[in-house]
Amino acid sequence: MRVLAAMSGGVDSSVAAALLLAQGHDVVGATMKLWGGDSDSGCCSVADVEDARRVAQQLSITHHVFNFGDDFDAHVVAPYVAAHAGGSTPNPCVECNRHLKFDRFLVRARQLGFDAVATGHHARVVSVAGRWRLRRGADAAKDQSYVLHMLGQAELAQTLLPVGEMTKAAVRSYANELGLRTAAKPDSQDVCFITSTGGRAEFLGSRIPLRPGRVVDDASGAEVGRVDAVELVTVGQRRGLGPLSGDPRRRYVSAIEGDTVRVSDVAPTVSGIALGRTAWVDQPAAPGTPVLAQCSAHGSPVAATWDGERVQFAKPQRLVAPGQSVVLYDGDDVLGGGLALPA
Amino acid sequence: MTAYLDHAATTPLRPEALDAMLPYLTEHFGNPSGSHAVSRQAKQAIEEARDVVAWGLGCRPAEVVFTGGGTEADNLALFGPLGVETVACTDVEHHAVLHSVLARGGQVVPVADIATTQADLVSVMLANNETGVVHDLPHVKGLLHTDAVAAFPWLDVAALAAHADLVSISAHKFGGPKGVGALAVRGGVRLRPILHGGGQEADRRSGTHNVAGIVGMAAALKATVEQRAATVERVGRLRDRLANGLLAAIPGARETGERATKTAGNCHLRFPGVESESLLVLLDEAGVCASAGSACASGAIEPSHVLTAMGVPRDEALASVRLSLGSTTTDADVDLALKAVPDAVARLR
Repeated sequence: MRVLAAMSGGVDSSVAAALLLAQGHDVVGATMKLWGGDSDSGCCSVADVEDARRVAQQLSITHHVFNFGDDFDAHVVAPYVAAHAGGSTPNPCVECNRHLKFDRFLVRARQLGFDAVATGHHARVVSVAGRWRLRRGADAAKDQSYVLHMLGQAELAQTLLPVGEMTKAAVRSYANELGLRTAAKPDSQDVCFITSTGGRAEFLGSRIPLRPGRVVDDASGAEVGRVDAVELVTVGQRRGLGPLSGDPRRRYVSAIEGDTVRVSDVAPTVSGIALGRTAWVDQPAAPGTPVLAQCSAHGSPVAATWDGERVQFAKPQRLVAPGQSVVLYDGDDVLGGGLALPA
Repeated sequence: MTAYLDHAATTPLRPEALDAMLPYLTEHFGNPSGSHAVSRQAKQAIEEARDVVAWGLGCRPAEVVFTGGGTEADNLALFGPLGVETVACTDVEHHAVLHSVLARGGQVVPVADIATTQADLVSVMLANNETGVVHDLPHVKGLLHTDAVAAFPWLDVAALAAHADLVSISAHKFGGPKGVGALAVRGGVRLRPILHGGGQEADRRSGTHNVAGIVGMAAALKATVEQRAATVERVGRLRDRLANGLLAAIPGARETGERATKTAGNCHLRFPGVESESLLVLLDEAGVCASAGSACASGAIEPSHVLTAMGVPRDEALASVRLSLGSTTTDADVDLALKAVPDAVARLR
């Protein structure tokens, strides 16, 4: 097959390209230039593009750089900022996969005559009875199926995830064997366009006016503290609200209403959550389907039922911040997912 | 077969340049700043090269400063002259000028306004590197610098820039080696160096001379100037055949700049609805080396500030391709491009 391998400059996508080459595919590498601003590393820095280019040279494959900065701004950064401004907690990696890697990049690959794209994600694409399934990666600790849940049959049919069968340790050891320069490169963390020095506060603060807010105890109605920016507070958050007066017990953010952050001394729970913008790997799950629901990138899946609009948890669960992706599984296979709507 | 149509990016080394350089990479390895026989050989070589470069630029040999390329020549022109407080340039300059002017806190103005812009030093490129559009150099009150890097292969720089106080060239754009250039510093312009050290180049540019590079530049320059009229004539015909053929074959294709105002080797076209990045990948696969916009540090293609300044909409700027011909371009190169470009555009539409 002619495969266009998305090479971020990290070890996983380096090994993905190398594996495809070893399997006899005709491989071309491409790095997406997504973010022009400051970055610790992640997917977008010049150094990462250079790493990808050098790995491609080591593998003797052609390498291109695609400038998708406009699309990244429009489909990932702007919605991220808007979501925070509106009091929800977006997952930009999900939107990047949805709009960039498996739309813009995939469409370009098709245009250029490639049969498939490949990435270094830890997840598996499996064919069962003529239908494509998206399965958790073999390395449970590194599984990334959560951020790929929006892939449908059309995308999966042209997607190869070569490292999904490997553990991270095996990926690194293979990279070492081949002498790839990215073998020991640290895993990327967090959001690629937010620096550890400035953080979310600086990023959002330079784009939207941040509103100071009151922190109010849910039970008594008394003001117990203040925050500099309600946009930086997440529903369910337990830390980082600053000193709160009164009861020294741990407080949880139970709701954000305008400029008011409501806190409670018991972890707020919900029996279910409605999902918007649902996307399905195959047919939409029928109402009444028992599922395992995962409510954050590294969360544990919990038993639930999909009723067609809502995930009904078998046992009450911690609040899910609006805007977070909730992904539904059948065992290790992704059924689909959506964004948590405000409770 | 490969059709190299990216001569505006760089050119192959002319055989005359290679032959001239080889002795200075082997037996004549001396440092021209020394006093012994081996040094004297190298010193003589760079002074002979200086005479040739001065002839090509229409200045006196003492007015030639050898630099480490066009970017350094532009930086020296913009940061070096004494008594200059304010600088200005056009909005279509190469980044070497544009970013230098911005770094000095200077003004960037439309081409139409540059002649009336008040500044101690004004910089106007002779020919644009992306579009090939040639500019009339204005007569200004202060000092005039021109970046003649893209112009040199095609235009009589000595005549057209005769009134410029500072003129930059770069060897690899006309068949010389990379990493060497020159700045002509006319008459009374006094320079403060930007590279400090041993005081070479009459204390205008320190650093041991790149002897082989300077010798190679002079040899390439001599051949370029001697053959320029014939090259312009021959390559101009090839370019017209290429541009006319593509404009006829590709619906909606547009040419950037008036043909009559462009250098002979430039074929800059826009194909609305076709992304440059994709087009370049398919052309590369078909053996056609071309370029688009300007590559940033990561290698990604950025929308061209030159096209933006010319009023080309952003989506159309991102749908452009530059096919740049040179003295080694043949009919076969043009034939390949005349087939490959329409094929690629058709696939992408």
